[in-house]
Amino acid sequence: MSEFTATAVAAGAAPVPRYYLREAHHPENGTLLGFWLYLMSDCLVFACLFAAYGVLGRSYAAGPSGADLFDLPLVAVNTSLLLLSSITYGFAMLEMQRARQGAVLAWLAVTGLLGAGFIGLELYEFVHLIHEGAGPQRSAFLSSFFTLVGTHGLHVSFGIVWLVTLMVQVGKHGLIAENKRRLMCLSMFWHFLDVVWIGVFTFVYLMGALP
Amino acid sequence: MSDAHHDHGHGHDDGASHSTLKGYLTGFVLAVVLTAIPFWLVMGKVFDKSSTTAIVILALAAVQIVVHMVYFLHMNAKSEGGWTMLALIFTLVLVVITLSGSLWVMYHLNHNMMPASMHDMRKMP
Repeated sequence: MSEFTATAVAAGAAPVPRYYLREAHHPENGTLLGFWLYLMSDCLVFACLFAAYGVLGRSYAAGPSGADLFDLPLVAVNTSLLLLSSITYGFAMLEMQRARQGAVLAWLAVTGLLGAGFIGLELYEFVHLIHEGAGPQRSAFLSSFFTLVGTHGLHVSFGIVWLVTLMVQVGKHGLIAENKRRLMCLSMFWHFLDVVWIGVFTFVYLMGALP
Repeated sequence: MSDAHHDHGHGHDDGASHSTLKGYLTGFVLAVVLTAIPFWLVMGKVFDKSSTTAIVILALAAVQIVVHMVYFLHMNAKSEGGWTMLALIFTLVLVVITLSGSLWVMYHLNHNMMPASMHDMRKMP
């Protein structure tokens, strides 16, 4: 923006110097605001699920409790995978700002693999719980647990589908304005899911494992 | 005038709306520390009382959420003319009402509607 102003004045092309709004450089984007509003409504969905877990989380119906079931080292690995995928997505955004398409695709691929690892471990945990007889039908605690954690996992799964779609789009059309906007929306979605996971591992796993 | 304008523009370019490597790395290091401490507190059984651990890890989670909001989601009061912040505050109010209201009401419901204990039964006519 400052370069524009400087050249216009130096060249003397315009008798009246033209100044651009600060926003002209970094355009206000209705899509990003709209997507943020979607994320906030999604936040309310998760708040309701957290509230349900908060109310029912100690209703074991004489079944197993969180302290019996939760495998905290596994949850720690899962948490690190999601946190790492957050920073690798951030690296993809930085490469997008530098308009380096190959690096964007590479970082997106790493992000997708970390996300897939997260989903894989979560599915392993769910299968393990169900095989132990601690499925969602066992108690109110387990129903609300599977609903909350499962909804988060579903979000991550759809995020991976979206990420793969965007990788194809970027590979096909390059880093055009539309793809940049889509990447920014997915960035918000991905980081938002990591924020929700903070609530899950603290409120569900760590507090559930407390005696 | 041009200089003043340049400075203004420069300040904007370095603002939070543009992500930087430093910002992401700062956020990541803070997030790792804020994740490691609660896991250590629970798995290492550092505090004797569960309630102390619960309060500390909830506080750490709140701090970590703020860290993610600032460094990863680039929240600030200026983006989109302040509307993102407004939507966030509105959502937070609803989330707090939903969570605290549900827990408060249902706790008291459980407390007051429990089947009468044997002790209470004996005193009945």
